[in-house]
Amino acid sequence: MTLHAITVLGHDRPGIIAETTARLADLGLNLEDSSMTLLRGHFAMTLVCAGDTPAAAIEEALAPLAAEDTLAVTVREVPSSQHGDAGGTDWVLTVHGGDRPGIVSTLTAEVASVGGNITDLTTRLAGDLYLLVAEIALPADADAAALEQAVAAAAERVGVGATLRPVEADEL
Amino acid sequence: MSAPDTPTDEALEEGSARLRAWTEAELGVTGEVRPVVTAPAAVLSTAGETVDPTSPDVVRLAADLLATQRVSPGCVGLAAPQVGVSARVFSVDVSEHPKTRTHHGAYVLCNAEVVESSRNEKAREGCMSAPDFTGDVKRASRLVVRGRLPGTGEEVVVRTDAFEARCLQHEMDHCAGYLFLDRVAGAHAVYARRTYL
Repeated sequence: MTLHAITVLGHDRPGIIAETTARLADLGLNLEDSSMTLLRGHFAMTLVCAGDTPAAAIEEALAPLAAEDTLAVTVREVPSSQHGDAGGTDWVLTVHGGDRPGIVSTLTAEVASVGGNITDLTTRLAGDLYLLVAEIALPADADAAALEQAVAAAAERVGVGATLRPVEADEL
Repeated sequence: MSAPDTPTDEALEEGSARLRAWTEAELGVTGEVRPVVTAPAAVLSTAGETVDPTSPDVVRLAADLLATQRVSPGCVGLAAPQVGVSARVFSVDVSEHPKTRTHHGAYVLCNAEVVESSRNEKAREGCMSAPDFTGDVKRASRLVVRGRLPGTGEEVVVRTDAFEARCLQHEMDHCAGYLFLDRVAGAHAVYARRTYL
């Protein structure tokens, strides 16, 4: 059993997901994780599916999607995901402020410098307001207080506000 | 405007006092730990049966829920479908949780239903029966619940808030065949636990 990562990007219209997944189902592929959103109105989907079909055959099956030249499809084999460190802590970073180049790179560099792994990221631009929300997995030995200070300092450098909050899921 | 069956303040105070005074000893049986089932078990997606709270089976189930909850780290509530029984019975004990304001100790309610709810708040929930996910769920932070006590079958009507209110709604959902996954706030409001990085 192999895993393939498939991306579908381009002009949005109703039916893209239904058509893509029907073609994958016809090949006997099992959809595992997927994510789809509209980015500035453009359709953007990434999915990982499991099955024995080679990448070339998946590409061929999905080729009709790209026939009108408004969608781009890529297929590549990926290794099975590695188990990570479950001992760390989870955080949400929220950044917002006036749009300018470098906000994302400046803030995420601070996260990377302490070994923090971004597990989910959304950025949006609306008018002049830039917004970033990231889920961060910090390793057990990371200094969260120091990261908070570094994030605050980095935010000040690029003229935005940033908050780093621990994620607490209540077990019910 | 109040519904015709809105409980009086007096009835709510009486209900709270009775529930606080309730103890497991009233059941007269010792609970046994049962295995907790996880999704996609069909029982978790099935509406539980209304029960007779005085029946010996329900009394035993109540004791077992409390016993199972007690040995599960961090567990503040457990519903019958989570131990494989399709019934409207659940246990709750939020007394040790930091987000708790009002609470009524450890208890079991049968056939519980919401009488009034207001002030929705969003928070991230996890559940022993869906251990690989957490999700953001909006729930009322002020709640009035009516239910019956196992054993005597007495009806209690109780007002609560904050974390106990959230927990009660989560457990009543289990009894109706819903998981928190059925209530997440949006497509990007459900999160994989940190098993994979």
